[in-house]
Amino acid sequence: MRAQAATLRADARIGRRRLVRGLMLAVPIAFLGVFFVYPVASIVGRGLTPGGSLDLSPLADVVTDARFRGVAWFTIWQATVSAALTVLVALPGAYVFARYEFRGKRLVRAAVLVPFVLPTVVVGSAFLAVLGDGGPLGFLGLDQSFAAILVAHVFFNYAVVVLVVGGLWAHLDPRQEDAARVLGADRWQTFRSVTLPSLRPAIAAAAAIVFLFDFTSFGVILILGGPRYSTLETEIYRQTVQFLDLPLAAALSIVQMAAVVVVLLVAGRAQGRRAEALRLRAVAETSRRPRTTGERAVVGLNLAVMAVLLGGPIAVLVERSFDTTGGYGLGFYRALSELRRTSTIFVPPVEAVRNSLVFACAATVIALVIGGLAAFAIAGPHRSPRAAGLDTLLLLPLGVSAVTIGFGFLIALDKRPFDVRASPVLIPIAHALVAAPFVARVLIPVLRSIDQRLRDTAAVLGASPGRVWREIDLPIVARALLVAAGFAFAISLGEFGATIFIARPDYPTLPVVIFRLLRQPGTLNFGAAMAASVILMAVTTLAILAIERFRFADIGEF
Amino acid sequence: MRRFHALALTLSLLSAAAIVAGPVSASASAPSRSGNTTITLMSHDSFAASKKVMRAFTKKTGVTVKVLPSGDAGAAVNQAILTKSNPLGDVFFGIDNTLLSRGLDAGIFEPYTSPELANISKDIQLDPRHRVTPIDTGDVCVNFDRKYFTDKKLTVPQTLDDLAKPEYKGLLVVENPATSSPGLAFLLATVSKFGPDGWRAYWEKLRDNGVKVVDGWEQAYNTEFSGSAGKGDYPLVVSYATSPPAEVVNADPQPDEPPTGALLDTCFRQIEFAGILKGTTHEKAAKQFIDFMLSEQFQEDMPLQMYVFPARDGTKLPSVFVKYAKVAPRPFALPPEEIAKNRDQWIDQWTSTVLG
Repeated sequence: MRAQAATLRADARIGRRRLVRGLMLAVPIAFLGVFFVYPVASIVGRGLTPGGSLDLSPLADVVTDARFRGVAWFTIWQATVSAALTVLVALPGAYVFARYEFRGKRLVRAAVLVPFVLPTVVVGSAFLAVLGDGGPLGFLGLDQSFAAILVAHVFFNYAVVVLVVGGLWAHLDPRQEDAARVLGADRWQTFRSVTLPSLRPAIAAAAAIVFLFDFTSFGVILILGGPRYSTLETEIYRQTVQFLDLPLAAALSIVQMAAVVVVLLVAGRAQGRRAEALRLRAVAETSRRPRTTGERAVVGLNLAVMAVLLGGPIAVLVERSFDTTGGYGLGFYRALSELRRTSTIFVPPVEAVRNSLVFACAATVIALVIGGLAAFAIAGPHRSPRAAGLDTLLLLPLGVSAVTIGFGFLIALDKRPFDVRASPVLIPIAHALVAAPFVARVLIPVLRSIDQRLRDTAAVLGASPGRVWREIDLPIVARALLVAAGFAFAISLGEFGATIFIARPDYPTLPVVIFRLLRQPGTLNFGAAMAASVILMAVTTLAILAIERFRFADIGEF
Repeated sequence: MRRFHALALTLSLLSAAAIVAGPVSASASAPSRSGNTTITLMSHDSFAASKKVMRAFTKKTGVTVKVLPSGDAGAAVNQAILTKSNPLGDVFFGIDNTLLSRGLDAGIFEPYTSPELANISKDIQLDPRHRVTPIDTGDVCVNFDRKYFTDKKLTVPQTLDDLAKPEYKGLLVVENPATSSPGLAFLLATVSKFGPDGWRAYWEKLRDNGVKVVDGWEQAYNTEFSGSAGKGDYPLVVSYATSPPAEVVNADPQPDEPPTGALLDTCFRQIEFAGILKGTTHEKAAKQFIDFMLSEQFQEDMPLQMYVFPARDGTKLPSVFVKYAKVAPRPFALPPEEIAKNRDQWIDQWTSTVLG
């Protein structure tokens, strides 16, 4: 009798768990279905049915055309090299952030996100000031080169690797490394056989994200690579926005998606077995001030890399924002609130900042909910094919052209009363489409590293699933959640993704103001655009610092 | 842990505020008095007008205009075409003669013959059926950096042929016609000048003379050009005939002379049109707005808002335009149908000739 009742209770619990899990999967799937699959399918579908009936000949043309094959190959190749280079350059930075305390660490950690939000056209002008024919590094001949694309990709994505990998690294128990050293392993052996395996899921996650950003990067290719380089993304832009050749654009989009799926599957396989449970420690226990000269040198060297790579272009922008005709001053900042004040195109800077922040908050909430639910479903103890499918589906928006998604919104989301095409609601949603996979990718490795036995023990002791998540998962993922929230916020502040192609009647944001200023000739317009960029950087840094303030007692709680 | 709840709470409150604030302030900007209509003006991102002028229109007609910036000129036209079964706006502004045929062929415009057309030169009324109405013109011309040529004691080039001469080697930066509207206009100028058979040979000469190609106007003008804010390395750039007066207006302190000038023998004339989007439910208000865009008040406001020349004959120009904005006496031109027929092919040929 009693045994039977216990079984029933257990069944009920399993049933409830399934239901919860099902709901967790349903929300992100519905979101992606409405705001990603449906719009993309609509625009691709329209391209493939030009006369009302299916016509796959453009697809055949693209696949057989040597030029397009070259473009597809270059797209994958440049993204692979860029991502590998970013990981190589940023991994030591992640190490420094994870293991050492130094003055201004918080500020630096917030500031590394700044490049992430800057509009490419603005960064491009700073890069060209340095790399251009007349710049201090002009002799290197990097202007309009493959190398310039690589450097820019590292610049933009450095933070991804530092924060995603550093986030997990900071929780790894250094005593394991110490033990290996005591047993006679040298530094490199220790890193390879102890640290690297534990970090692998986080490195894979960061590399996948950076790869996808580089795979679909658009401004960097056009502005820094110059007109000789084209990728699937720039071709889709050209065919859709300039030529309105929807059949060709659809074919290219399909090739782009296929390439992304193949790469994700290969990467998934390379990542191999599931992340193992790790002994995670509180951040406070794993990092300390550098003690030896060698350690100080490592920290100093990495900070120097950041100062040159990230700080260089940023310094150029800051300098320009003060460099008025009559010497250094605040003229351009004043111009920001005075230029074309009487025009319909004028936006008070305070309003632009407020709009940016409001959209970013909304996008962050959506991304945390969607990405968080997806992460818990995907990383759950029992692997299901549906969850694995969601994993790929969730990453796809990062690998699909912003043009395809943006134009897809236009023709798909026009049914009353859900005609949201010109609604401000669409903007945080479009940002969340980019940010949610990010959130999930940051959370999954950490969730997987949680020892399942901990959860089971808690459940056996009678904790409800909600309680298990609150008491076991949340404290451990708290830090990763903050990293994820910071990125989601930055992605929105930087206006990532399809929003460039969404018409927006109201609520201009800081990037919109920057673009408006850059569109007219005159030193004041340019200077004010620089000033607006500096404000965007400051807002980003402050916002990230504020998010970091919501620091939990790390994992010291358990 | 409590901190985390604080974060969640803050974020949800802020986004709730955003969602609530959205519709409220949107409806607050539209007048609520009954009988008033709001129309949506779909345009490229550069549309601008004085708030005062737009208010005057609302006061006169009771119609409020909401502007919907939809990307650059090409993107905006394409969006209008894609959404023609369920248009995003009532009036479209900013389709130019390089894109006109695409819009007309797609059938997105409703014909309307404005009474104000009486004041508009016949030369720029390109559509005999008046599906679109000319609003303004602008010349895309090579601009030069005055200081560079004075310092180097170099004669300023005058014609397209000059640009291919060795003394101007490595001085010109242009926009990619595949991604930029002024870039395309300049390509069309060369097609118009050298003919369908000769323009590629000209571009080969430009290429051998070190022409630099960049993605868009912003980069060419703000970064590569030496005569404006970016202090780049190229003293010749493809821009607009109205860029020199803009350099005077948008500077502090304002110079007596613009630091740049336009080469008037290198210009391609762009004509921008507005049209009523088929499917509008506010046809009367849309017509009123087209009339208004041709009115003296709006036309006089345009030059300093969008740096274009008014379409209306006899419109009074602002003094800075009178002084510094030159109109090309014999700009290059091509019929819109010919552009529509050949544009994609010309761009491909240009790409293989110059970048190949």
